[in-house]
Amino acid sequence: MINPVKKAPRVLFKQATVVDPESGKEWRSDVVVEEGVLKGTEQVAAGGFDGEVVDTTGMILCPGLIDMHVHLREPGREDEETVRSGCQAAMAGGFVSVCPMPNTDPAVDNAEIVTYLKKQAQDLLVDVFPIAAVTLGRLGESLTEMGDLVKAGAVAFSDDGDPVATADRMRRALEYASMFDVAIINHCEDKSLSKQGVMNESAVSTSLGLPGIPGISEDVMVARDIQIAEFTGGRLHIAHISTANSVALVREAKKRGVRVTCEVMPHHFVLTDEAVRSYDSNFKMNPPLRTAADVEAMLVGLQDGTIDVIATDHAPHAIEEKQVEFDAAPFGIVGLETALGLVLKHLVEPGVLSLPQALAKMTHAPADILNVQRGRLKVGAEASITIFDPDAEWCVDKKNFVSKSKNTPFDGWELKGRVKALYNRERLWTA
Amino acid sequence: MQFSRKHLLGLEGFSKEEILYILDTAKSFKEVLSRPIPKVPTLRGKTIVNLFFEASTRTRISFELAEKRLSADSVNFAVSTSSVKKGETLRDTARNIEAMKIDMVVMRHSAAGAPHFLSECVDAHIINAGDGQHEHPTQGLLDLMTLQEKFDDLSRLKVVVIGDIAHSRVARSNIYGLQALGAKVGLCGPSTFIPYQANHWGVEIFYKIEEAIEWADVLNVLRIQLERQQGGMFSTTREYFNLFGITRRRIAAAGKDITILHPGPINRGVEIESELADSDCALILQQVTNGVAIRMAVLYLFSGLPSANDSESET
Amino acid sequence: MPVERKTQVIDAAGLNRTLTRLAHEIVEQNRGVADLVLLGIRTRGVPLAYRLQKKINDIEGQDLPVGELDVTMYRDDVFQKIKQPSVQTTNIKFNIDGKTVVVVDDVLYTGRTVRAALDAIIDFGRPTAIQLAVLIDRGHRELPIRADYVGKSIPTSQGEEVRVRLKEIDEHDMVTVIRAIEAE
Repeated sequence: MINPVKKAPRVLFKQATVVDPESGKEWRSDVVVEEGVLKGTEQVAAGGFDGEVVDTTGMILCPGLIDMHVHLREPGREDEETVRSGCQAAMAGGFVSVCPMPNTDPAVDNAEIVTYLKKQAQDLLVDVFPIAAVTLGRLGESLTEMGDLVKAGAVAFSDDGDPVATADRMRRALEYASMFDVAIINHCEDKSLSKQGVMNESAVSTSLGLPGIPGISEDVMVARDIQIAEFTGGRLHIAHISTANSVALVREAKKRGVRVTCEVMPHHFVLTDEAVRSYDSNFKMNPPLRTAADVEAMLVGLQDGTIDVIATDHAPHAIEEKQVEFDAAPFGIVGLETALGLVLKHLVEPGVLSLPQALAKMTHAPADILNVQRGRLKVGAEASITIFDPDAEWCVDKKNFVSKSKNTPFDGWELKGRVKALYNRERLWTA
Repeated sequence: MQFSRKHLLGLEGFSKEEILYILDTAKSFKEVLSRPIPKVPTLRGKTIVNLFFEASTRTRISFELAEKRLSADSVNFAVSTSSVKKGETLRDTARNIEAMKIDMVVMRHSAAGAPHFLSECVDAHIINAGDGQHEHPTQGLLDLMTLQEKFDDLSRLKVVVIGDIAHSRVARSNIYGLQALGAKVGLCGPSTFIPYQANHWGVEIFYKIEEAIEWADVLNVLRIQLERQQGGMFSTTREYFNLFGITRRRIAAAGKDITILHPGPINRGVEIESELADSDCALILQQVTNGVAIRMAVLYLFSGLPSANDSESET
Repeated sequence: MPVERKTQVIDAAGLNRTLTRLAHEIVEQNRGVADLVLLGIRTRGVPLAYRLQKKINDIEGQDLPVGELDVTMYRDDVFQKIKQPSVQTTNIKFNIDGKTVVVVDDVLYTGRTVRAALDAIIDFGRPTAIQLAVLIDRGHRELPIRADYVGKSIPTSQGEEVRVRLKEIDEHDMVTVIRAIEAE
């Protein structure tokens, strides 16, 4: 377990390297928080400070990181993760806000469960902004009580785990949700094309004899949803984009003014389907790892702004469920504790994105899609801060994961960047 | 040669030398089968479990015969009578079996990669008897042995595999094995049966059976699984036979000798004309005989430890 | 690096004479060649068996059947080896029921190869008798096996090796005793 969190309405962060992703600027400064509000990001006069003092020399101080796509497994699979353990894992990864997806058991399709989740997180440092289901039970039939759910605290709607299968339901969902100015987040997968696939359909799946999930199963629904979003004027967010074609479709749609955004997961810009040759189920997730050409398209999409957000799709699974033959294993890997390290090592270090550009995709970009007051260093607003050492090199050891689940493909990887302190909801945590 | 593999998981990556070594060994074991007492004590004291999670009579019997001819103790584990129905995982099934001190596991499973997975869980030597759509290495080897008996040198041979390539582990093992020995491989079938990016294998692809027969020296005819019809992958068996059936007329039209292989069981009148299956150019029954010899060779070669240098024996 | 000291014990001419004598002994002991068959143990027992066949033909005017036996599948030390020994093919094209089988091998040492050969032969049928002809008997038996016909008895120590070379396989005929000596 990690260090305890303490209530700290007044904090002075000394000599941090402040990075403001919105302006792209970086500067050295003290940062002051008073009564939980960001008071100043300029030099502070020497002299006594009444409150916590944290030495952040040489560390990056940026807006608190947001992961808008996680699975916390509560209610229903508390053996795999709980709101509490998931938030601890989030903190270990530098995140101060998370959005749990509603594919729990029971599904988050009514206000009571949203209230329950928020209550579980009441005294935590990490914000829990629940995403509620689009349809009751995520069955794709009746729409949920979106008004009620928004009132209880839902920030967006998704049937993630599953797509909103019929075009008509997607149309109605986008129209209805637009009354509340919230996004519909779709897991784009045409199940008649993906059928019993377990990995990307490619030369690799042909060689291995594993049933494939063709890229078109994603592209076909992305194309459909963009048309429907354009037609309805609603707000569409594409979850875990993974194919070059999908990125191209989003790029064109944005040019036309369609209100579409999308997110990418680190494993989709760091790994290809060649990794599946080991038959290790830690490389099994949905959407699956794709080809090198798709990975290249993810990098280009991040650079030119087509891809707005980096999220993790943190999907904890019990060890006995993953330690089986590839076909039988459930899809999904954990991601909260490796995301920042992967972003710094594989996007920032090779120069694909600058640090402010990369951080933007984990701060104000998701905040704006979700309409939450986070993701910016705004003087006078509630303070939400992540502090990390950008140069710390470390080796991933899944045995030390804070999450209850250890299903990661990155065990043993050398990554960069270690979280040193977090501030959110008037609470302070230091590593 | 240095034969250093612990498991037989597939033929992909095998060198020409390794495959020829297995075929040579199989020749010697084939001779045993024709003796008055077709039994040798070579694997006496070894315990081999046949772990068949997919129903299979013929392959299992072939392995069982091979095990008994080698005087090994052979145990069968068929899924319907097993604890798998009670929800035990593959891993636990295997480890329980290992706790009973099994030396080798011959496994057939519907999931590709299951033998790879098993080899990480248990110490026993694993022989893949078919994993999903991935590989069926002993079938590939017995096909090669049968061809070698007829043609000796396979490096100039042109072999077309015909049928549902996409879902066929026999096809894949054939491709890897034949290419290792230098043969040229072609694939033929309706486009729904040719897997995505199959050209990555460096094979010829034919959608017309007449062209395939014209190109080939050997036809390896796969069984059409009728369940695929429900999946929308082909229309009717009648249409399949009309378009792709191997008939005497089509063979005669090629005007040359064609050798026919089939892994069995045959759907007479669907993928191949009945009379043709029984004719001299079809080596189907030799395949079955060679199957036992190959399996004896494989059980023998994969039962030892990974190699160091062989020291000459004393007498 | 140990040095080998080689001592030649039989040359090509000597080998020929020894085989001639063995052929005579086999014919004499069996009072002729009726129901007699030769079985060479791979690898070098086989060419020796064929040479005996020719010599016996020179004496009696009759060609005895020759079989080739690979005993690898019958060895009792198959799993003591680090690596599986290669199996060769066995080639016995005649019925051995009611025959006297003369097993032919180049060197008799521990006797384990001959024991394996006996197991194999019993699997092929029921011979009237089995006799053993060896070119060299070097002692150190570990099983109660003895040869009926011995070309030459050479006492050796455990550290020595008796190397038989035959021109069918090795380009020349020669028998050498090799001893490894530690270099100074």
